[in-house]
Amino acid sequence: MATATIAAAPPREQGKSRRPRKPPTLRTVLVCAVAYLVGLIFVLPYLEMIVTALRPQAELRDRDYFPHHLTFSNFTNIWSTGLGTNLAVSLEISIGATLLVLLVAIPAAYYTSRRRFRGRGLFLILVLVTQMFQPTSLIVGLYQEFTNTVHVNSTIALILVNAGFNMAFAIWILNAYFGAIPKELEEAAMVDGTSRIGAMFRVIIPLALPGIVTALIFTFIAAWNEFITALTLTTTDSSEPLTVKMNTYIGQYSTDWQHLFAGSVIATIPVIILFAFIEGKVVSGLTAGSIK
Amino acid sequence: MDTRPAAPVEARQDAVVAARIHQTPGRRLRRALAPLPWLAPAVALIAFVVLWPVWEMFQTSRQHINSYGFNLGNYGWTNYSTLFADPNLGSVMLRTVVWTLAIVAATMLISLALAQLLNRAFPGRRVVRWALIAPWAASVMMTAIVFRWMLDPNNGVINVFLHQIGVVKEFNGSQASWLGNPNDALIWMMVVAVFVSVPFATYALLAGLTSIPSEVYEAARIDGAGWWRTYRSITIPLLRPAMLVAVLINLMNVFNSFPIIWTMTGGGPDYQTSTSTVYMYSLKQFNIGESGALSVVNFGVVILIVLVFLRANRSTLKEG
Repeated sequence: MATATIAAAPPREQGKSRRPRKPPTLRTVLVCAVAYLVGLIFVLPYLEMIVTALRPQAELRDRDYFPHHLTFSNFTNIWSTGLGTNLAVSLEISIGATLLVLLVAIPAAYYTSRRRFRGRGLFLILVLVTQMFQPTSLIVGLYQEFTNTVHVNSTIALILVNAGFNMAFAIWILNAYFGAIPKELEEAAMVDGTSRIGAMFRVIIPLALPGIVTALIFTFIAAWNEFITALTLTTTDSSEPLTVKMNTYIGQYSTDWQHLFAGSVIATIPVIILFAFIEGKVVSGLTAGSIK
Repeated sequence: MDTRPAAPVEARQDAVVAARIHQTPGRRLRRALAPLPWLAPAVALIAFVVLWPVWEMFQTSRQHINSYGFNLGNYGWTNYSTLFADPNLGSVMLRTVVWTLAIVAATMLISLALAQLLNRAFPGRRVVRWALIAPWAASVMMTAIVFRWMLDPNNGVINVFLHQIGVVKEFNGSQASWLGNPNDALIWMMVVAVFVSVPFATYALLAGLTSIPSEVYEAARIDGAGWWRTYRSITIPLLRPAMLVAVLINLMNVFNSFPIIWTMTGGGPDYQTSTSTVYMYSLKQFNIGESGALSVVNFGVVILIVLVFLRANRSTLKEG
C-alpha cells in the first residue's frame, strides 16, 4: 500500500529501510492505536470547521460537539454575499503564479541540471537564499515597492510575489528530476534532428511530469494560502483573495463564525484533497529538493 | 546526500575540453552569455520580488515618513534610535526568541517520534499520513481561526472538553477565556504553531529515514547492538542532513510566523503577545520608518540563519 506510494518516486530507490512485518502483536496494536489517535488530532480542527459550518444559527452557541440539526444555509448565504468574486481572485492568483513559476523554473532547472557554466553555483545559491526568505520578512519593502513605485493591480502584484517566493522550491525539485533523466535520451532525440528546445519538450518534460506536477501543486497551494502579502497589497473588497476575505469576518467584538467557517470550508477542503493526491511524492520531493 | 547521477561530472569534463579547443574571444563571450535565455527570467523574478523589496526596506528605514504616509526626506539613523529606544522592543525580542526556540524544539521532538511511527508498516498507515497532511495543506490563517473558535470562552469545544474533565470550572470565566490572558494566549498560540509545523518536519524526517539503507540496521543487529545504541549511533547521525533542513526551514517559518498571532490575539493586549514580525506589522500602520528599521533588524536575523544553513550545507552544495 504505502510501498506503491513511495515507489512512484523517481530520483532514489525508496522503501528499503522497512523492517520485516511481524504478526499482529500487542506492539503493533499499540502502534496502530497511537497512530490513529495522532491522525485524528491532526484532522480534528478541520472537522470542527465543517461541523460549525453546518450548524444552524440557533445551535451555534450550544455547548456540545455535534449539532442536532444540519443546515446548508450558511454556505448559500455566504455564497450570495459575492464570495465567488474572491474565489475567482484566489484562483487567478494561484493559477497565474503556478504558470509563471513553471515558465520560469523549467528552463532554469533544465539548464542547471544539464550544463556546467560560470555562475551556476552563484545562481543556485541565490535560488536557495530566496527559498529561505518569506514575503513576511520583506513585507515593508514589498508594500513600499508596490504602493510607491510599481503601479499594477494587486492581483498581478500577488501573482509576481507568489511566483517569486515559490520558484526556488520548484527549481530545486525540477533540477533533481531533470538530473535523473539520462542525457543519452535527449541526445538521441537531438541526433534525430530535434533542437535542444524540441528535445526538452518531447523527451524531458514528459519524463519529468511527476516532478512538474508536484512543483505545480506545491506552488498552487502556497499561493492559495498566502495571507500577509495579500492582506497588505489588496485595497478593495473585490480584489481580496479568500484568505483576506475570511479575515474580514473576524471582528474585534463579534465574529460571524458560521459564515466564516462555511467560507473556510470552501477555501480549505479542496486544497487538502489536492495535497493528499501528491502525498506519496512529498517524501521523495523533500529528499530530492530540500536535502541538498 | 547526493541524489544526482554521474552525468554532470561528464558534462563538466566535456565543457572543459570544449573550452580548451575553441578559445576565441567571440566564442568565450557567447559561452558566457549562453545561460542567459534560460536563467534570465528566474533572475529577473528574484530581482523584482526579493532584491528590490530588500532595497526598498533599507530606504524606508532611513526616511522620515509621517503617519499619513508623507515622505519628509532623509532621516539618517533616527528610525533606528527610535526603535532601540522603544520600550516595547526588549520584551518583544525576548518573546520572539522564546517563541522561536520553544516551537522549533517541540516540533522537532514530536516530529522525530512521529516520523519513526510513520516509518513503520501498520494497517492504515496511508490514511494517517493523509491526516497529517491536513495542517500543511490548509492555510495557517484558517487553522488559527478554527483554534480561536475552539477556544471560545462560551462554547469552544476545547473548553467544553476541559469542562467535562473538570479542568475548566465555569464557562465565560477568566479561566475559560484563554486568549484574553497574554500568558495563556501565548501558550495556546505556540500549540497552534507546533501543530502547523509538525507535518512538514515529520515529512522531511520521514524522507531522511527512508533514505537510510536497511543493510546498516542489519549490520548493527548482527553486531548485537540494542535499540537505543542503534538509534543513537545510526539513526541520529544518518538523519542529520534531514534534521538540519527541517530545523532551519522551521526556524525561518516560526520566526516569520504572522497569521497565528495576527488572527488569534492581534498581538495584544498592548503588544504583550507580539513577536518581532507581528510588532513590525503593527508599527507599519502608524510609523512605517520605525517598522522599516525593525524589518531590517529582522532581515539581519534571517540572513544570519541563512548563513548558518549555507555553512552547514557547504559540502553538499559544492558537489551539487
